[in-house]
Amino acid sequence: LSHGAGGRAMGRLIEDVFLAAFDNAWLAAGNDQSAFEVAACRMVMTTDAYVVSPIFFPGGDIGTLAVNGTINDIAMAGARPLYLSASFVLEEGLPLADLVRVARSMGEASRAAGVPIITGDTKVVERGKADKIFISTAGVGVTPPGLALSSDAVQPGDAVVVSGTIGDHGVAVMSKRENLEFETAILSDCAPLHGLVADMVAAAGPGLRVMRDPTRGGLAATLNELANQSGVGFTLEEDAIPVRAEVAAACEFLGLDPLNVANEGKLVAIVAPDRLEPLLAAMRAHPLGARAAMIGRAVEDPDRFVEMRTVFGGGRIVDWLAGEQLPRIC
Amino acid sequence: MGATAAALRPPGLRLRLRVRGSVQGVGFRPFAYGLAARLSLAGFVRNDGEGVLIEIEGPRTEAFLAALETGPPPLARIDSIEVTAIAATGGDGFSIDATQGGRSRTRIGADAGVCEACLDELFDSASRFFGYPLIACTHCGPRYTLTRSLPYDRAQTSMAPFPMCEACARDYADPGDRRFHAEPIACPRCGPKLSVPIAEVAQALRNGKIVALKGLGGFHLLCDARDEPAVAALRRRKARDAKPFAVMVANAASAARLADIGPAERALLTHRARPIVLARSRGALAPSVAPNLRDIGVMLAYTPLHWLVLHALAGAPDFRRWRDAPSELALVATSANLGGEPLVASDEDADSRLRGVADLIVTHERAIVVRADDSVLRVVDGAPAFLRRARGFVPDPIDLGADGPCVIAAGADLKNTVTITRGREAFVSQHIGDLDDRETIRFRQETVRRLIDLLQVEPELAACDLHPDFVSTRAAEASGLPLIPVQHHVAHVAATAAERRWRGPILGVALDGYGYGADGAPWGGELLALDGARWERLGSLAPLALPGGDRAAREPWRMGVAMLERLGRLDDAKTLFTAAPEAARLAEALRRGPRARRTTSLGRLFDAAAALAGVRLVQHYEGQAAMEFEALVERPRVVPGGWAVADHRLDFAPLMAAMLDGGLGGREAAEAFHGTLVAGLADWIGAAARARGLTRIALGGGCLMNRVLAEGLVEALRAAGVEPALPRQVPANDGGVSFGQAAFALARAGAAPAPSGET
Ligand SMILES: [Fe+3]
Ligand SMILES: [Mg+2]
Ligand SMILES: [Zn+2]
Ligand SMILES: [Zn+2]
Repeated sequence: LSHGAGGRAMGRLIEDVFLAAFDNAWLAAGNDQSAFEVAACRMVMTTDAYVVSPIFFPGGDIGTLAVNGTINDIAMAGARPLYLSASFVLEEGLPLADLVRVARSMGEASRAAGVPIITGDTKVVERGKADKIFISTAGVGVTPPGLALSSDAVQPGDAVVVSGTIGDHGVAVMSKRENLEFETAILSDCAPLHGLVADMVAAAGPGLRVMRDPTRGGLAATLNELANQSGVGFTLEEDAIPVRAEVAAACEFLGLDPLNVANEGKLVAIVAPDRLEPLLAAMRAHPLGARAAMIGRAVEDPDRFVEMRTVFGGGRIVDWLAGEQLPRIC
Repeated sequence: MGATAAALRPPGLRLRLRVRGSVQGVGFRPFAYGLAARLSLAGFVRNDGEGVLIEIEGPRTEAFLAALETGPPPLARIDSIEVTAIAATGGDGFSIDATQGGRSRTRIGADAGVCEACLDELFDSASRFFGYPLIACTHCGPRYTLTRSLPYDRAQTSMAPFPMCEACARDYADPGDRRFHAEPIACPRCGPKLSVPIAEVAQALRNGKIVALKGLGGFHLLCDARDEPAVAALRRRKARDAKPFAVMVANAASAARLADIGPAERALLTHRARPIVLARSRGALAPSVAPNLRDIGVMLAYTPLHWLVLHALAGAPDFRRWRDAPSELALVATSANLGGEPLVASDEDADSRLRGVADLIVTHERAIVVRADDSVLRVVDGAPAFLRRARGFVPDPIDLGADGPCVIAAGADLKNTVTITRGREAFVSQHIGDLDDRETIRFRQETVRRLIDLLQVEPELAACDLHPDFVSTRAAEASGLPLIPVQHHVAHVAATAAERRWRGPILGVALDGYGYGADGAPWGGELLALDGARWERLGSLAPLALPGGDRAAREPWRMGVAMLERLGRLDDAKTLFTAAPEAARLAEALRRGPRARRTTSLGRLFDAAAALAGVRLVQHYEGQAAMEFEALVERPRVVPGGWAVADHRLDFAPLMAAMLDGGLGGREAAEAFHGTLVAGLADWIGAAARARGLTRIALGGGCLMNRVLAEGLVEALRAAGVEPALPRQVPANDGGVSFGQAAFALARAGAAPAPSGET
């Protein structure tokens, strides 16, 4: 891609890429906005910016991330996602083929999820002003009546549930970045969770306190956030947390804690103890929740610590990191 | 003070003595009473919020002053005696007056091992204290660990629920008795009771069982140190692979059977704090007491209960003949804690947490108010050095030599301690532990609250490490106080400088494992210039990859591979580390992407060397590789040309290459490494000292736990004409960081406006 001279032709070219890839009537209408009808209901809206390096990684790329990530942010409210928008900041020099590949995977992800991308925008910036491709995605969705999930609703005794294995996405990206090869390829878990969420809402009803997708900062950041917002602590059981053997091995090699690693197709749900069993049953019946597991409980704790009981019987604080994992051992 | 001004005082005056320091609850008043009686002086003595106030009147007041300064009671620590002359009252007789309240400027003493007089009574069948496991007097016993708050009175201690019987009350009120105002006084009639008969405890130990026994600052786990299956069982149950256990014996003569005890070690063993002393093992114990190490930790029995147990185990021999005689009897005595959590101190915790570990739990009704681990010291360069400062030394303050605002310093996250300053005193908390579990973090909060309460201070400034993810840093941030972040290695060397009360420019050398650098990089072998709150990084060790962050600290083979990268010999990884299957992959990763962080750590250099020498590839406890590597050294040897200094960076790559080329392993490698390390460091430091015109060198950091390194380096530096200082009052490891942070923060506070050129 080039910037500046020939901008018009380039703009046209890029537009065509997206039109073909996203392929829907709203975009085909060619307006600067799209209109749609909604019945009177409670709506949710979200927006996210996606930057990831490398942009292609085992199991996905920045495009699938942008579509599924935004869908999941809506789904975490228990809502059904309706429409997405996407805008792109492209770095001069990005191969057109890469753009086409990203656009296609976005189109596929959006069709697979049943959530169309109905409006968007593109800018090309000078070399060095962006890193290949940045995507900003917004989405809207509707909440089923009566559902009120809230991050301050967690009670001591509530169960902590994850929908599947932890750390897949972050480790997939990291291995690609570090140029590492493992015996078994580790794929990103990038997936849209709204279908699973619909089943969970149906099974747990108001017993469902809150849901989160543990992306950046991983499970550790998510649980610390919830602990702070709800004024509780969490106690996790190390041996209950599902981690793929190859992910565990890669984490060990890289010196990463899977709990601090990003996920893109997993959720954490906090549920009242009496709705735990039906919730787990519903989750395990869904393909994206087959390895769902209860990993711990909310506990009374004025200090709001998240602690993991290790397999050796001791406790270990699951910390919220300021940035990348730093050494501590002196 | 006193004597010199004698000529100025006309006779017939009365002297008022204001005595400050650790002077309450240590038998000070009976001492003053007895002294006044002997010298036929009139007046009074009393405790108050500032310490002890004495008034004396009569012809021999100067003799009183002299005796006060030369021979105060054993547990007293006098900081100052202020003498004023006042008008005589003409009264006669000397009295002990009731305690006056008020804001306390005094403090609680540290715990002390049982004194000779109490021991005598303990084993004297005619004494009413015969066999009483909690006998104590003003010269011995618990202080800090049983006190809730000041003033130090029985009502403020965990003895409050035990009203004294008539006999105890009489002793307590008798100024001529060493139990006069001994707050923990109790006897079989009125005091707390033991939960299990001594004979049963001894029988369990004899049968190879593991016993949890309540001590001063927490429970110990005991077993027979000569019984390999018992010691191995303790390791299994405590899930502790290899970390050395300490051993308890009755007396120094018995200690000398287990380890090389010189005069300095003997003095430390019998110090009133009764610490654990590290000394060279004579191999007389079960091998799994301290696997692969040359030194063992020994301590003497320090509570009457310990004595009763050992005596019963010995078959109840005649006490007077037995007490100082060498004996083979030795018990493993390790802190009763689990998985890195703080030691168990309450009966409830003992019951719930030690069930699966101990076969028998032995407790008594006197509650432990403040937890404190055993202190650990060793003799380095002829003088004691702390590895862990806790029971028996806390809360004795360290004199900073100058006043300042009240600072609370958060320490580092491993081996955490907290320091609070009050005027010119720095109070370093007992060893708290690694802040990686809820219980230890709570213990820390509790310790901070209690110290603030005991010292009756309101902190004005907070100091902390630069590490953004330290729990201690967050606690400091949450305090809401003005925050002074201190670079980890600056804190290490500032601690050493502060205990020497060195002011003005010095050289600081941090020989350490890891600290968050001012640039965010993992520092650890640093040459610093320090002048008050101004500092500069003059140089460092040559950086090495740190593959996998903390993983590299746990798995020395990783540092071995990092060193191979540095030497351009990554191809050797496969053949050198056949026992580490991931080594080839790591070599490949380092070859492809130079993304690993780079560290200037000396600790990691030790790991690299120990791994390349085939000594240890994976560690089961912190510092294991370096400790085992050190244990191999008999005679350090310098490899010529083993180091290079370029651009202020000290590089030991030539040494490593020589070790590999020479196929050095085990002892040969350890001796070459230690010898060359010392020579290279001394060369590098000496050159910097000359270039800067500095002679004072403050050494700090966990690598100085290595005695071969510490002693070799100070010797070499002295030979180079400079004045090196090792930390003496706080540990060289991260246990001393809070003290250094406090000292640095005070320098900063006194040096307004904030100076430039640091952090
Ligand atoms: Fe350190
Ligand atoms: Mg801990
Ligand atoms: Zn005594
Ligand atoms: Zn009594």
